[in-house]
Amino acid sequence: MSGIVGYGAYVPRYRIKAEEIAAQWGKDAATIKRGLLLAEKTVPGPDEDTITISVQAGKYALARAGIDPTKVGALYIGSESHPYAVKPSGTVVLEALGLGHDIHVADYEFACKAGSESMFVAYGLVEAGLVEYAMGIGADTSQGAPSDALEFSAAAGGSAFVFGKENVVAEVLGTVSYTSDTPDFWRREHAHYPRHGSRYTGEPAYFRHVLSAAKMLLEQTGLEPKDFKYAIFHMPNGKFPLTAGRKLGFTREQIETGWVVNTMGNTYSGSSPTGLVAVLDEARPGDRIFMVSFGSGAGSDGFAFQVTDRILEVRDRAPKLRDHLDRNKVYLTYGQYVKFRRKIRMNE
Amino acid sequence: MTPFGELWDRSLRNLLADAGRAALEDAGIDRVDSLLVGNMTAGMFVGQEHVGAMAADAMGLLGVPAARIESACASGAAALRLGFFEVASGAADLVMVCGVEKMNDVTDATDALAAASDREYEAYYGATFPSLYAMMARAHMEKYGTTVEQLNLVSIKAHRLGAKNPLAQFRREVTMKDVENSPMVAEPLRVMHCSPVTDGAAAVILCPLEKAKDFNARPVKIAGIGAATASLALHDRTDLCSLEAVRLAGQRAYEMAGRKPEDIDVAEVHDCFAIAEIMNIEALGFVPEGKGGPAVEAGETDLGGRIPVNMSGGLKSKGHPVGATGVAQVVEIYHQLRGESGERQVDGAKVGLAQNMGGTGASSVVHILEAI
Repeated sequence: MSGIVGYGAYVPRYRIKAEEIAAQWGKDAATIKRGLLLAEKTVPGPDEDTITISVQAGKYALARAGIDPTKVGALYIGSESHPYAVKPSGTVVLEALGLGHDIHVADYEFACKAGSESMFVAYGLVEAGLVEYAMGIGADTSQGAPSDALEFSAAAGGSAFVFGKENVVAEVLGTVSYTSDTPDFWRREHAHYPRHGSRYTGEPAYFRHVLSAAKMLLEQTGLEPKDFKYAIFHMPNGKFPLTAGRKLGFTREQIETGWVVNTMGNTYSGSSPTGLVAVLDEARPGDRIFMVSFGSGAGSDGFAFQVTDRILEVRDRAPKLRDHLDRNKVYLTYGQYVKFRRKIRMNE
Repeated sequence: MTPFGELWDRSLRNLLADAGRAALEDAGIDRVDSLLVGNMTAGMFVGQEHVGAMAADAMGLLGVPAARIESACASGAAALRLGFFEVASGAADLVMVCGVEKMNDVTDATDALAAASDREYEAYYGATFPSLYAMMARAHMEKYGTTVEQLNLVSIKAHRLGAKNPLAQFRREVTMKDVENSPMVAEPLRVMHCSPVTDGAAAVILCPLEKAKDFNARPVKIAGIGAATASLALHDRTDLCSLEAVRLAGQRAYEMAGRKPEDIDVAEVHDCFAIAEIMNIEALGFVPEGKGGPAVEAGETDLGGRIPVNMSGGLKSKGHPVGATGVAQVVEIYHQLRGESGERQVDGAKVGLAQNMGGTGASSVVHILEAI
């Protein structure tokens, strides 16, 4: 049975608080925090991007996998902020991680679900026996337009997963995908900031796809919400995943561990994958994990995992998500934030 | 009437067809002589003009003369008034009046709605609807001592009734805390004092009184209609605290119907903002000038009160698809007068009033209906 053999997550150390952004635009921070359930978000440093984040998360995943990196036969990185429009992030990452040259590489894009799709393809190749190990990464440093609601949530971070057939720490019990043409959020080529359909991003987009994929996954696995110890949903803000979980019959306790958005923000392709890492950082052998991502445009991937005994052996081989998320934080002013995010017009 | 709400899977065309076909079926007919569509701005919301023709097409009424009637948020009642005259003049025997608005295909309705104000002298200078009504609220509070709590009570009543209306956008009650804690939009008006952005349509079919029983065992008569205008810009009114167009329209309707305010058993008034309900019940003569707030506080406008207002949940809870509202208000009164309003029923209602208003009160149309 194929599954995850190694995993890891990285978020930058910089943060900006909701109050700081709200003050800039004359908005009421208390209302926003209550409405979105977001306190602060991560900000990439000037020398960080999707590639550097992928490298760091990938290092942790390989450390936990404990494998010869050259045995990774495929590397897929899902992001909506790949540094290049043409030239895969994957080629830089493979060199930095010391993966071999006989390797399949391509970058994925599907808004926030490019990461989970990368995971599916990596898992699929391993399951099909075409490669021994494959890596799927979801990472992003997405931008929110100034004064837009998304400025409070668009954050930076990513997670990496090595899939294999041996020494699995989390077995894949089932996987599904639900997709339709629902244009709730998009960015045209050459546009600097994305655009979105405001309330259209809710019921017709996020909830339709997340709930449909979730129901398909439950049916495929023949399991019920109570059979899972943990549930992770895509986190565009703090509220949506809690609402989705409640509608499906999951409890707050089940969702709590993977609910990292409150102090991380929305790391887009890294969102639910990073929630998954937070869960793997503390899950016990035998625990079942339910994960459903969401990408605008739109679609949702669902995974059901079961943790094995081996997780106890590998867990401490690399830093945990909370080591990065909760410690050594550097808070930025709004001015520093826009400088880092290159929103200031400089003299070229 | 269609459900009112964020109807993601109903387009403008769908809404017209839904309401129109349902009305035809209800009357047991498949053809009308004329079709009037009340719609504020399909042009700005979905880029579609020629809404009359679209309606005839969508409803399967090809060949029927049709046109859109516009009076901002009073478009629905304005269309109904003209439909009445088409029948009364003998020009048509069967007229459908459909009100419709599809507002959720834009991400922010504020600018389209500002077209109901004076674009050149109000909107261009930064005024939005909430801010204009906020000024009216402040003036009313200053002159008459109306309180924020009285505004809150209007919203609480709206939601309590709307919760019982299966077609309403918001079918949940709200508490004083919910209203007090809702985000400020334009002081003193909070989110919970403002009607929402809504998709929906409503349609009625009119015919000569003497033929009504051919189509409906218990028809409802339009006894009186009144319409009036006032200055487009709020700053040109003589008094910020009173709605002169509403007063005149009401007066004309009462005169035509041979009725007085005391004769009204149930009313639907235009509560685009909580303060509007208070000002409208004063302008319609249901309460003395300046006493709207205390009347709400005393429960006079609640179900079981002296003059039940907005048993549908009002624009606040039922929703406000701008062009549809005027027709939807009349549909509510129609059901009330036939004793069909279930938990929201005003016992023994025989005479009802529906008041529709455009912008900050630059136009208003009032219909008085009677059970027969």
